[in-house]
Amino acid sequence: MVAPVAIVLAVLVLYPLGYGFYLSLTDANEANVARDIGAFHAPATYKMVWFDNYWSVLSGADGDFYPRLIWTVIWTLSCVVLHIAIGMGLALLLNRRMRAKLLYRALLILPWAVPAFVGVFAWRLMLNSQYGVFNDMITAVGLPAQNWLATPFAQKTAVIMVNVWIGVPFNMVALLGGLQSIPKELYEAAEMDGASPWQRFVNITLPGLRPVTNTVVLLGCIWTFNMFAVIYLLLGQNTTGEADILVTFAFRKAFTGVSDYSGAATYGIVILALLLAFSTFYRRRQLKTEQA
Amino acid sequence: MRRGISIAAAVCALALTATACGDDGDDGSTGKAKDAKDISGSLTYWDTSDATTEAPVYKQLIKDFEKKYPKIKVDYENVEFASIEQKFKSAAKTGKGAPDVMRADVGLIPEYASLHYIAPLDGTLALKGGTDDFTEGPLNTTKYQGKTYGVPSVTDTLGILYNKKLFKKAGIEKAPTTWDEFIETAKTIKKKTGVEGTYLNPDSYFLLPFLYGEGTDLADTKTKKITINSPEAVKAVTTAKKVYDQASAKVDFANSYDNMQTSFKNGEVAMLVQGPWSVTDDLSGKAFKGDESNLGFAPVPAGSTGKPQAPTGGHDLTVYQGSKNLDAAYLFTQFMTSSTSQQKVAEETATLPTRESAYTPEVTKDARIKGFHPIMKTARPRVALPQVGSLFTPLVQQYTKILQGDVSVKSGLDAAAKDFKKLLPGYTIGS
Repeated sequence: MVAPVAIVLAVLVLYPLGYGFYLSLTDANEANVARDIGAFHAPATYKMVWFDNYWSVLSGADGDFYPRLIWTVIWTLSCVVLHIAIGMGLALLLNRRMRAKLLYRALLILPWAVPAFVGVFAWRLMLNSQYGVFNDMITAVGLPAQNWLATPFAQKTAVIMVNVWIGVPFNMVALLGGLQSIPKELYEAAEMDGASPWQRFVNITLPGLRPVTNTVVLLGCIWTFNMFAVIYLLLGQNTTGEADILVTFAFRKAFTGVSDYSGAATYGIVILALLLAFSTFYRRRQLKTEQA
Repeated sequence: MRRGISIAAAVCALALTATACGDDGDDGSTGKAKDAKDISGSLTYWDTSDATTEAPVYKQLIKDFEKKYPKIKVDYENVEFASIEQKFKSAAKTGKGAPDVMRADVGLIPEYASLHYIAPLDGTLALKGGTDDFTEGPLNTTKYQGKTYGVPSVTDTLGILYNKKLFKKAGIEKAPTTWDEFIETAKTIKKKTGVEGTYLNPDSYFLLPFLYGEGTDLADTKTKKITINSPEAVKAVTTAKKVYDQASAKVDFANSYDNMQTSFKNGEVAMLVQGPWSVTDDLSGKAFKGDESNLGFAPVPAGSTGKPQAPTGGHDLTVYQGSKNLDAAYLFTQFMTSSTSQQKVAEETATLPTRESAYTPEVTKDARIKGFHPIMKTARPRVALPQVGSLFTPLVQQYTKILQGDVSVKSGLDAAAKDFKKLLPGYTIGS
């Protein structure tokens, strides 16, 4: 009974993917694809350009790809590192015996439960340099008001901050689950042997968490690499474009003015290839460490 | 006198369709001029007007339309202005779920027309009664390569809005007429009242008055040249930067538009370059509430050409090329843009009509319309390129960098011109 699975895969995955790849080999845009609109018929006039699109992207001739790629990598790394670090810290805090634990957990998961766009718009209001609550607070204690979303550097800092806020709860919950699955006996035995808290953390907690962290890092990298809402919604339209990551850039290509299908498809395939390469490499390294 | 004739023409156009006051229209031109009363069926209309303040009057008009033509049923749908472009385009390409008639931003007409999403309207019922009555600026926005693709419904442009009390306090008699005066005025206000003189919106649309004031544009369709980095454009953007550096309140780039509005209506900024669509919002702020006469109107400042010029904005009604019921769509378009309909809309919402005959004493009684009506003379259409929407993205990015001082005016505009060239095949970068 493989047939249904194969059909579903073909319809949902292979066809769109194949079509996207095909488009990336052409010079198709909204003005030259086949259209039938009422009395108006236009045949397709786009043509195959084979790997021209890839060449112009990868050779840097389009001038957009490498700056966007570098920033996307910085963005992904900083977000994932902060996600895991802060998530781990909160998980450790919550893994102790304490009162009202459920309440803390519920409160800490809240940012994740709020729809991303609501959260992002709330941040945009708070970061408003004239009317936002952040400047109200710092001017109240006598510090000068800041323009939080003005320069490319400020914008980049702001999007990372907001994405960390959104992503930490998931990491916290996943890591907390991992922590609770580590047998208590291990800690007791280590304590008997005189291991310090730091030694216990490094030698028991971290290895015990590895299956969870491996998955969380992989997921976090893929999600963050493709995180659209935070960047697109927090910065609005009047930006220098410096804070655009690959996906938001591809979106602008595909959806402003006369759509550039082939260009956006090329970016899509390149993004896919990058992530495939990354996850293959990551899985392989992971297997190696597990065998070691 | 001209107005008198136009009214007569408009009235007769309406009467023609309502009664069969003359079958002279049935000259068989493309078979479209069939008697309005015989048209039947249903059609969908996508409206982008403000859902709470403007939509009710359009809904009322639709009821009137259905009463007049009982055989036609209209499905009204209010679509948010920000999302209609995507929504319409994805529906239009596939032919599924596209509306028959849509209210489109005038800047989008060349794009839709070049993609054949919207139908040419020359010789159809939609333009029955002629176009003489429409004011020139809005009418120009409907043309693409010699054909008419829309019927002007409402119009707007940019002008100076100012706080008269603050002007008086600073001892300034009248609104500035050149950019130099604009900067001086802003500085004086800041010095005398402590209030910020102006707030520069760092958006490409709001950059256009600077460019037009130097007699240049994004590109020139006749010579197929990109002119965004021409010496005139460099001069224009240098002026804009001067306004930003010397006269403007601190700009929050991510929230520029909202902050501009809030500070102006609260009396924290004395004058803005803004459009009539913002006036209802302005009047709700504490600087103008209950004191509408405090709001002053003036044309945008002139550049070195000496002529103040701003882009024509507003909306045209368009008919989807793939509509199953073109006749009803044409008829509906005609009805919604008729002088009577426009008067009704203007009286209720204070938006600017596109027909001369709709500026009746009743309509111009409204301070908002009275203020902007003379300014409309400074309006000119945007360059009629299908890609004009795409051009705004690289332009705003470079403009932002220029204002923030990351790049010089010249190199920023050179970079924009390079991006323009990618979007405009066959164009050369002029100099």
